[in-house]
Amino acid sequence: MRVQMTVNGEERVCDAKGSESLLFALREHLRLTGSKGACEQGECGSCSVLLDGELVCSCLVMAVDAHRSEVVTVEGMGGAELHPVQKALIDAGAVQCGFCTPGFVVAAAALLDENPAPSSDEMREALAGNICRCTGYGAILRGLETLVGDR
Amino acid sequence: MEVVHPADLDEAVGALAAHPEAMLLAGGTDLMVEVNFDRIRPEMVVALRRLDDIQDVSRRRIGAGVTFRRLESGDHNALAQLARTIGSPQIRAAGTIGGNIATASPAGDSLPFLAGLDAEIELHSTSGTRRLRWDEFFTGVKRTARRPDELITAAVLPEDLPDFQEFAKIGQRSAMVISIVSACVFRWRDGRTRVALGSVGPTAIRARRAEEMISEVAEPGPAALEEFARLVSQEVSPISDHRGTDDYRRHASGVLARRLLERCLPS
Repeated sequence: MRVQMTVNGEERVCDAKGSESLLFALREHLRLTGSKGACEQGECGSCSVLLDGELVCSCLVMAVDAHRSEVVTVEGMGGAELHPVQKALIDAGAVQCGFCTPGFVVAAAALLDENPAPSSDEMREALAGNICRCTGYGAILRGLETLVGDR
Repeated sequence: MEVVHPADLDEAVGALAAHPEAMLLAGGTDLMVEVNFDRIRPEMVVALRRLDDIQDVSRRRIGAGVTFRRLESGDHNALAQLARTIGSPQIRAAGTIGGNIATASPAGDSLPFLAGLDAEIELHSTSGTRRLRWDEFFTGVKRTARRPDELITAAVLPEDLPDFQEFAKIGQRSAMVISIVSACVFRWRDGRTRVALGSVGPTAIRARRAEEMISEVAEPGPAALEEFARLVSQEVSPISDHRGTDDYRRHASGVLARRLLERCLPS
């Protein structure tokens, strides 16, 4: 089915096959490979995107259900410059293998949009759906805490 | 595969009447896992995410399309508590109470809340609307009395809502886990008490003997609380699986119910 979406502010169209996921459509049809596929069951958060403003796992969205929706992926963060969250994670050295990073960036940016000054506990709760298999959580949280503290 | 995005309830149930084999897609947090692992290949999907008619929440009526994210804040303390424990922010932003009801997992976290309040499940089809009490609706593990042509439109709560309500669950960590035991306790100022538990039977379970005993006690002391916990443990019927043994679940049911009751009592 033809799926028409606004992706990162641009009108995009793709032909979604059967019940494939939004994650698959983004990566394979639209060549936006920032969102990663790992668990395919909503456990790991590496496919996190904003769908109509809500932070969701794109692996759990049926591509056809994103028709006429607004999608923001990690590629849409920041624009010409790095998003402050991206910069904070780089400055903190909060990237090891990097596979989970796009999901963390999208989830952390969604948190800061809603709550510009989250406590450390609020950060932990907001990122509970993102798994880092290198267990780089300490550096990720330190990066975000520095970002929030600097504001 | 065909997909229908119904504009209103009539269109939704019209599509279901014409295609009873259609799969209902709300938040996708259950269905898409099955699809991604190729355990389900839907021929037809009725997509409910943007169906406005099932999005309203009021004190006594919770629209089926309401996400757990929206339920995290609201009138009902236990409902907000359970909503906050579900999955992760990503799951709560997508998953709906209607989906939780339709999936009817023994571990569905909203189900003890509905069971403890004797909530009714509202079902709509081209032949009209009917309401089934929770114990008529949930018939077994992932089994319900919903006909294929029916859409769950709301959970309806009784008029007489409790003065105190508490929910808690036990899992291996605080996020992204399937409950090992979950429990809801409701208490009215006149002493009436209800307790419902999840993950300890094929559907949510009411511990009715424990309810009867403690409802007669105006100010439960340590002995009454101990007896309440013992009765709750006797009334659940858990299985052993990789998340926990039946013995552990039985013990934890009593402990959890007693703690929640204590929180419902004036200190």
